[in-house]
Amino acid sequence: MYSRAYKTIISLPPLLWVGIFLLLPYALMLAHSFWTVRDGFIVHDWTLQNYAKLFQKPIYSQVLFRSMRIAAGVTLLSLLLGYPVAYFMSFHAGIRKDLLYQLVIVPLWVSYLVRGYAWKTILGSEGVLNGFLQYLHITHEPVSFFLYSPFAVVLMLTHIYTPFVFLPLYASLEHIPRNLIEASHDLGATPRATFLRVILPLSLPGLLAGATFAFVLTLGDFLAPQLVGGPSSIMIANIVQSLFGTAYDWPLGAAISVLILVLTISLLFLAERFEKRWSFR
Amino acid sequence: MTAQANATRRAPFLGAYTITVFAFLYLPIVVLILFSFNKDGVGGFPPKHFTLDWYRQLFRDASIWDSFLNSLLVAVAAVVLALTLGLLAALALDRADFPGKSVFRRLVLLPLILPGIITGLSLLMFAVFSGLQLSLVSVFLGHGTALLSVATTELFAGLQKMDRAQEEASLDLGATPWQTFWRITLPNLKLSLIAAGLLIFTLSMDEIAVTFFLIGRDNTLPLEIWARLRRGITPEINAISTLIFFVSVILILIWYRIRTRSIGKEVHELLERP
Repeated sequence: MYSRAYKTIISLPPLLWVGIFLLLPYALMLAHSFWTVRDGFIVHDWTLQNYAKLFQKPIYSQVLFRSMRIAAGVTLLSLLLGYPVAYFMSFHAGIRKDLLYQLVIVPLWVSYLVRGYAWKTILGSEGVLNGFLQYLHITHEPVSFFLYSPFAVVLMLTHIYTPFVFLPLYASLEHIPRNLIEASHDLGATPRATFLRVILPLSLPGLLAGATFAFVLTLGDFLAPQLVGGPSSIMIANIVQSLFGTAYDWPLGAAISVLILVLTISLLFLAERFEKRWSFR
Repeated sequence: MTAQANATRRAPFLGAYTITVFAFLYLPIVVLILFSFNKDGVGGFPPKHFTLDWYRQLFRDASIWDSFLNSLLVAVAAVVLALTLGLLAALALDRADFPGKSVFRRLVLLPLILPGIITGLSLLMFAVFSGLQLSLVSVFLGHGTALLSVATTELFAGLQKMDRAQEEASLDLGATPWQTFWRITLPNLKLSLIAAGLLIFTLSMDEIAVTFFLIGRDNTLPLEIWARLRRGITPEINAISTLIFFVSVILILIWYRIRTRSIGKEVHELLERP
């Protein structure tokens, strides 16, 4: 129906743009990861030494594992908070569904910085939580361990990514054909069995998509550790950030970025495979 | 049991749990807002001595205003860029076949799911490679490219809900594709374009992770706030955060209303796959 010229005009500009401003930059990142720094200059000698360094120096794997632990913690907590809420809204909220839905998407899109900053004011040693505890005479001195700990990072990022986990979960629960659930009840399954054998498996694609979001975005976060984390919760993206800044080793920083990129894409790929196999749509 | 009864069956425990989660989501923001009116600053409990001083201080703060105007400039430009390219990309994904289409589809969406640091750094390397000075222009290119993902998914969703018969009729009756685009396609997508534009505007005004690596001498508002945070927290930042929060909420609710009108109440996913 559409002419060849029309199709070319609509596809060429976005293709070119994505090629120049997405694909080329990613390719440059990949190229940098095989280059090296000599006397403060980036030299285009192709080498694998950046990747070798990642495995040899324990500091990188330590921080990477810490980041993965924090990311796993955030993912788990976000699922624990998000799943029951999505379930409640999909099956029990009735006419309040739409209102509640809006109440979740507002924090989804509202400023990362505003929400992160809110936690900083709450958890600080002169912060609101300490003031509150002293007001109730539970503590008499300011407690300093709330802020500047991995705990604070997990708390803040769970707050930020719970809506991200909620959304695909809720969508997958809403897409479950209701007559399947009725059939399960009619055939004598207990509510518990219906949940475990019908609802949960059918919500797995959403669960995986949500978990992927939370895990990947936490893994690459460099702001939360600076805002509320302190030295004990430096994450892998902070190392990348310093390699691109004061430490000036772009190639090594690029190698870590490529690692994060590859991890992300494999997780997305897996989640998509699962979605194809499990989803009803 | 009927589906209707099932849908509204009471679940007191789950209901209470849901309320707790909403409290977790909103309480920090409530606290932030409360303390923007507290004369004694952030911290200390309970807040007492109501004041608007921090807001007055904020409105006299020239560098906050400058950075706000920078953000506004970047956001408006990013909206125009992302909508233009996003509309074409959505049309292309909808009705053109070209080699590498499925790679293109995934690539466009990648910045939405990828940590900002990856997008930011790769564009930083691109800027150095191409000799582009870091400035508000590089920030704009970063926002436009990253938010192209949002524009494409939103407009593609709008396109799927469009009545195809009108376009077909227009082409059959002899209108050129160009005329059909301006008289049928674009007017039909008006609501989707406005909704996507609002969302992209909000996200660009708030963006920090990508901006971080592309910023030149002029700060955007989030980066100005970030720079101040390193020096410690002041109630003035509570005041500006409060304002950002309310403006964002209003824009997002308008976005949601318009979106519902244009593509229906269907729940949306973050990465609706075009």
